[in-house]
Amino acid sequence: MSQPFRLNKEGLINRNKKISFTFNGKKLFGYEGDTIASALIANGIHLVGRSFKYHRPRGFFGAGVEEPNAKLQVEFNGHSEPNVNATEMELVEGLSATSQNCWPSVNFDIGAINNFLKMFFPAGFYYKTFMWPKSFWYKIYEPFIRKAAGLGVASIEKDKERYEHKFEYCDLLVTGSGPSGLASAYAAAKNGAKVILAEDKPRFGGTLLTDDVSIDNLSGKDWAEKIISELKSMPNVTVKNRSQVFGYYDHNMLVMFERVSDHLEKKSKFTPRQRLWYIRAKETILSTGSIERPIVFGNNDTPGIFLSAAAKEYMKVYGVLVGKKPLIFTNNDSAYETALEFKKNNVEPIILDTREEHSSELIDEAKSKGIDIRFSHGVIVANGYKKVKSAKIGKLNKDKNSFEKIETVDCDCICVSGFWTPSVHLASQSGNKLKYEEKIDAFIPDKKKQHETSVGAANGSFTLEESLKNGFENGSNLSAKITDTKAEIAIPNVNEKKYGAHDKFWCMPLPKNENPKRFVDFQNDVSVSDIEIALREGYRSIEHVKRYTTLGMATDQGRTSNLNGLQLVSNIENKIVPEVGHTTFRPPFTPITIGTIVGREVGMEYMPTRKTPMHEWHEKNNAVFVDAGAWKRPRYYKQGNETLFEASKREAKNVRENVGICDVTTLGKIDIKGPDAAEFLNRVYTNAWMKLPVGKARYGLMLREDGIVMDDGTTTRISENHYHMTTTTAQAANVLSHLEYYLQIVWPELNVNVVSTTEQWAGAAIAGPKSRDMLSKLYPDLDVSNDALPFMGYKEADFFGVPSRIFRISFSGELAYEINVKSDHGMFMWEKMMEVGKEFGNQPYGTEALSTLRIEMGHVAGPELDGRTIPSDVSLNGLVSKKKDFIGKNSLGREAFNVESRQKIVGLIPIDRKSSIPEGSHIVQDQNAKLPNPKLGHVSSSCWSVENNNPFSLAIMKDGKNMIGKKFFAVSPLKNKSIEVEVISSHYVDPEGKRVRS
Amino acid sequence: MLYIKCPYCGLRAQKEFSYGGDATVKRPNINEEVSSEDWDNFVYMRKSPRGKHIELWQHIAGCRQWIKVQRDTATHEIFQTAKVTEEIR
Repeated sequence: MSQPFRLNKEGLINRNKKISFTFNGKKLFGYEGDTIASALIANGIHLVGRSFKYHRPRGFFGAGVEEPNAKLQVEFNGHSEPNVNATEMELVEGLSATSQNCWPSVNFDIGAINNFLKMFFPAGFYYKTFMWPKSFWYKIYEPFIRKAAGLGVASIEKDKERYEHKFEYCDLLVTGSGPSGLASAYAAAKNGAKVILAEDKPRFGGTLLTDDVSIDNLSGKDWAEKIISELKSMPNVTVKNRSQVFGYYDHNMLVMFERVSDHLEKKSKFTPRQRLWYIRAKETILSTGSIERPIVFGNNDTPGIFLSAAAKEYMKVYGVLVGKKPLIFTNNDSAYETALEFKKNNVEPIILDTREEHSSELIDEAKSKGIDIRFSHGVIVANGYKKVKSAKIGKLNKDKNSFEKIETVDCDCICVSGFWTPSVHLASQSGNKLKYEEKIDAFIPDKKKQHETSVGAANGSFTLEESLKNGFENGSNLSAKITDTKAEIAIPNVNEKKYGAHDKFWCMPLPKNENPKRFVDFQNDVSVSDIEIALREGYRSIEHVKRYTTLGMATDQGRTSNLNGLQLVSNIENKIVPEVGHTTFRPPFTPITIGTIVGREVGMEYMPTRKTPMHEWHEKNNAVFVDAGAWKRPRYYKQGNETLFEASKREAKNVRENVGICDVTTLGKIDIKGPDAAEFLNRVYTNAWMKLPVGKARYGLMLREDGIVMDDGTTTRISENHYHMTTTTAQAANVLSHLEYYLQIVWPELNVNVVSTTEQWAGAAIAGPKSRDMLSKLYPDLDVSNDALPFMGYKEADFFGVPSRIFRISFSGELAYEINVKSDHGMFMWEKMMEVGKEFGNQPYGTEALSTLRIEMGHVAGPELDGRTIPSDVSLNGLVSKKKDFIGKNSLGREAFNVESRQKIVGLIPIDRKSSIPEGSHIVQDQNAKLPNPKLGHVSSSCWSVENNNPFSLAIMKDGKNMIGKKFFAVSPLKNKSIEVEVISSHYVDPEGKRVRS
Repeated sequence: MLYIKCPYCGLRAQKEFSYGGDATVKRPNINEEVSSEDWDNFVYMRKSPRGKHIELWQHIAGCRQWIKVQRDTATHEIFQTAKVTEEIR
């Protein structure tokens, strides 16, 4: 098991620990500290995927977050994840990686036929081709495109991993641990600031790990280690590796993605896989560094072509050679360091430098080491299909638009460098408008919009000396403003090589009659000719060019392609780059998992579950629950093989004939106290409240200011200045905010306090003709006669030793009471009721029976009070006072609210007295009329009337009561039903309301 | 996520608050005659300025107080927050 491209000694990997993994089924091994990419390259494997559009063979291009090609389907820890960046994912034992976007295999991919048909797949191909005929879209074009597009395959298994969210606050957040980041964090920490230092990679130090520099006589790597260990020992500093700050949001909130345990072979049960950090920082240092950009040339996507800094990183960090016969193609000095590193490892590189012959510290050193340097040269086209075999290189003329000499040289890799692009994504996200810096041909941050400061390479400073100085100064100054302490820090002595000027040259010309693809954006297969087509077809704005060609889109967000694309556009358009502008940077900077965004809020934890004190009893007695907001309410209590329909009918019938109890704890309860409470209620409700005596309840209706019904419920006067308000379950929170709004803002002169007491009281309704008999057994010492406790009466009494409140109110339309006890006594109350109720035929009933009872009585609820109805629409105009003012009163006079034909509540029964009418059905005159069939109203609530033993519905219908006696159709296209119905009164049972008063 | 300074509780994350609209709208007095035009303006008509806007927020997951916030609708910059009884100029 030899690794032909692994160096003997170099690198920061742990050679004592071998790790085995598979790639496309083949068993391989690497070392602890490898990425999938470095391990594959060590094994001589470069072909890892197929490109998005043309299915061209693709290999690795970068060594980190900039990688556009090497996205793999990776299985580990029992789950499968698509589009994993092979250059970032660390190797773990047993990991299995496979290539994406190829069939049947990465070596032989049928889709590669697209490559030979490429003249038919230019920019805008989909827009032009799939336009017609229109009818082909859904059945033919769309499924075809969907199948052809996309890279990996998302798992359909449930994600068993644990993800967490964390909220953190700090004085200074430093994003990136390169030289400027380390210096900033260090200076701020010394000033006593609370610092978080985030590093995307597993190792701290950034370019210090790969550059040949010394700081205070230590190597870059050793200096970084020294600073990091000192930072780790300080209590005011949090140091995080494998942590990418990917988003900069409002008010200096940044979001960070931490890969907590993907690299661990074993982890404890509660260790999350990944963690999302919401960090509110007073100041932010953006030390995100820079990314090398390529020079564009023919077939520049062939496997074996790398960014030159990536090739160096593979040698210095992973001890891996990307090739043994390298061509270095550059327009600047930084690639010479890569050449020198090859030379150090006994590999002979050839340097092709687009600049004319000149000298600099690095060029001189390369020359002195005997490296073959060819000035005014560049790669025209790479040869080889699945791996680079040779390259056609050319000597450029003075204008660099044609060639003086062309030859072919053998090589097994090409390392390309087209200078450096500052990573300005976070700065741009913070709102910073970028400015174009001519000196480095790239954008750098301009004026601050939030509390962000870019330092080092991210700010366009490409020397170590400047980066360190920049970091120390900003870290110290920004934190001193917060901590009021300024520690003395000596700026270290730096030894680094001086770079000469780079060449403003980005794209190789093509010799006559040659037309290989020159890719600008690898991930989306966008070539020079695609951009040319877009411009020829009239696209001018860079945002439009981006969308038409897909340049810079996809997961790598054009990290290696944006600036080359801009240079091309500016050349063709004869505009300078700042005039062309740049596209917008948006979070996330790197792809993050959906699991991390969701965090712990899945399944049961998606939202809080509210249970009533009697919940356990319901569970034990076969209750089937329904969600009412966050509450769980019994929908029905299943007996034997009963269906919902059968059970709810049985329960409702028992209430009509005997007595039933229902858990009504979930109703909103608001305690209202204060000398002006009556006046306040009088303004909040539509009906009169000034004369409600102590010990009495009243039904009330509240409106919004626009006249629409907001909520209804009963409010009871407990004592002189003390009221107990109930709201519907759904509106409880809104009503409380509504009351607080008026008390705090509109009428602060009213001396009233409100507080929610929903969870303080457990409630049970006792309903049915035998409810008074049952009540008298529950309260043997209390006079519960109709005279002593009449309809809307209230009493406080002892319930087998616990204090309780008795309200004679009814939602079911039967003789009914509601008992409230402190929540802790809820279960006791319920069990006592079940025990005492036996002799009266008491049964518990759920929300389905509750609905049946209220619907056939014509009592309105949520489906009727749907945010569109005013009191007269739902027959509640009797509750609207003409004498006093109240919230929303002025709106009731609006013309549209008073037209006769307005839709109002009615009852419906099917002509055949058998067919249930689906809720939501439309009411129409003629079921066969041509569409659009005029709609006269809709069915809001439906039930099986247990009193009349046939279906009954409530509907909101044009002309309301004027329609009584007429016949229509209730049509439900959803249920594919059309039922002939007759309009009747909405009060189907006991229209005079005798029972509640009996 | 905005960072809002509740005048009672201090700086808190936006998720603790709920938005309540334009704070400069004044409800016509109760029990007083109001023209339809004034009433319609109160109920329906709102300015949607680009820039400074004084608005109401309620600290629902905190002290439950309604507060005034002066915010830039374009940049989200918050200039000032105050109790509803206080003035923002």
